[in-house]
Amino acid sequence: MAERARRQRLIIGTVVGLVVLAYLIWFPQQHAPADVRLWTMAIYFGIAAMGLNLLTGYNGQVSIGHGAFFGIGAYTTAILVSDHGWSLLATLPVAAALAFVVGVAVGIPALRVKGLYLALVTLGLAVVFPDLTKKFVRGVGGTNLVRVPSASLRPPDWMPGGLQPDQWGFYLALVISLGLLFGVWCIVRGRFGRALIAVRDHEAAATTVGVDLARTKVLAFALSALYAGVAGALSVQVTGIANAEKIGTFNLSILFLVAVVIGGTATVFGPLIGGFLVVMIQDRTTQFVADPPFLSGFLSGKEVLSPAIFGIMLIVLMYFLPDGIVGGFRRLLHRIATRRRSTPEPLGASVGS
Amino acid sequence: MTVFLSQIMNGIQNGVIYASLGLAIVLIFRTTGILNFAQGEMALFSTYVTWELTRLGLPVWLAIIVSMTLAFIGGALIERIVIRPFEQSSPLVLVIVTIGLFLAFNALAQLFFGVEAKALPRAYPDRNWLLGGVSLRSDTLVLIAVLAVECLLLWALLQRTKVGLALRAVASNADSARLLGVSAATMLMLGWGLAAALGCLAGALVVPTTSGLTAGSMQGILVFAFAGVALGGFDSPIGAVVGGLIIGIADALTRQYVPALAGIEIIVPFGLILVVLLLRPQGLFGHVKVERV
Repeated sequence: MAERARRQRLIIGTVVGLVVLAYLIWFPQQHAPADVRLWTMAIYFGIAAMGLNLLTGYNGQVSIGHGAFFGIGAYTTAILVSDHGWSLLATLPVAAALAFVVGVAVGIPALRVKGLYLALVTLGLAVVFPDLTKKFVRGVGGTNLVRVPSASLRPPDWMPGGLQPDQWGFYLALVISLGLLFGVWCIVRGRFGRALIAVRDHEAAATTVGVDLARTKVLAFALSALYAGVAGALSVQVTGIANAEKIGTFNLSILFLVAVVIGGTATVFGPLIGGFLVVMIQDRTTQFVADPPFLSGFLSGKEVLSPAIFGIMLIVLMYFLPDGIVGGFRRLLHRIATRRRSTPEPLGASVGS
Repeated sequence: MTVFLSQIMNGIQNGVIYASLGLAIVLIFRTTGILNFAQGEMALFSTYVTWELTRLGLPVWLAIIVSMTLAFIGGALIERIVIRPFEQSSPLVLVIVTIGLFLAFNALAQLFFGVEAKALPRAYPDRNWLLGGVSLRSDTLVLIAVLAVECLLLWALLQRTKVGLALRAVASNADSARLLGVSAATMLMLGWGLAAALGCLAGALVVPTTSGLTAGSMQGILVFAFAGVALGGFDSPIGAVVGGLIIGIADALTRQYVPALAGIEIIVPFGLILVVLLLRPQGLFGHVKVERV
């Protein structure tokens, strides 16, 4: 029974996955560059959220500073492309590696600091990073904004099909996100994933069964930084710039966390969905306020309202789906499944699986 | 020497500001276990209310009292309407909820009161005394005095009254407190209301000393207030005050004496927090939670 249910789930999951993938491959061919760029943004938000989910969801370390790692990735890519003439694709491993190394450096002191204290130390990271770029990065007109030449956003020559820069960016982000999603899936199902969860649930108990606390936590930090760094690097392909402002970096850090929680904390697919939602909801509320279909007399010219709508939607969403989209979906499936079986399964059946 | 003392005075003035907001953060953390990211924006909103009241012709001190009362009611209502439904939720969900409040309050303040900077008059004369070359502003004195009175009143309320006893009981064990007949619900509302009123006072006193009231006025202060609270320990009011002062003074001295860090002075307060937390993970005055295995 349980075996059959699992196989059913696998088949449904594969079919849904293939349909979504087919839609995503088709999407950039049929939509305006602005839409394609928006969706690419949704994908790289999802990537950053996936990484943060490894740290916060599976390992229980809350960070509100991952905007800094995102920035490290973005600056690495932008500087290598604009000042040293690298191709954007070649900078991705460097951006990932650099974010990983900084992640290790931050993760080591984080070992002793827990919970909300850790959240505030990482907040410091988000606050310090823009100042660091202002001091050490010499970009356009001496500011900390680095712009890459638009020629570097074109697809490399070996890519067939005459892709536009926005389409190339979309496919690049899509392929990388799938690779990184597979990475999360492997981690979560493997030994390291179980170590992450054990440390989150009970540090002392995890140590007694032989989990190396320090190694697990630092690695979780560094991996999440790597994901954020890759997301930052991809953002250069979409925006053509790397930039860091105080409010911007703080907001990014918060939005990554929001994406994790509304998608589904400690689920494989949740953060991708959450990242998508965060980008789309913000875009739609901005458009809604800019051109309201109703109440236009009251709303027009009040663009400042869109973060308010977003904030209130967050609270409402958390009320109805405290375990996120994926968690809510699971509960729904469970309810359908239990309703169909009117007689309860004997206890042995589920134990035996 | 006079430069040094002047910088110390600057640091104290900023530190007192961080401490005032930090006290509000600690108050909510103590009573509900929530780190309220919206504390600064709630203060921002109520400071706008103060400004609106002065525009209606109220004297500043009266406007502050009225807006503090309104902030108290507003804070209690937020607890009842927004926070209460999440009583059983995980801390991470509550963090997201207060972030939602943060975004909402900031945007609503801009919507209701516009984006241009507002000037809020002082409630006291602006004086400047010279003591052996060191300038002493009435701003600094008033802020210190208000903080001292705040601390004293809070201490008296928590340690010397029945309501304070009930507040502390709910904070340390809500279920046991309920069994003893303490209305935990009322106490939580009271905690949020008090914190909101303190934030309002902090905002109304800080803004006249700055270039004006804008939607971004509180965010920088909130970051430093958080830093101070982390330094002192989340559950310690004294910690919030001492932590805020240390952060303020460290920041002022760095600006003066460490030109190598020009532009990135903010590294110092956060570096300081990191060092302190590495040595004492619970902050300077915080309490250790003993974990049973």
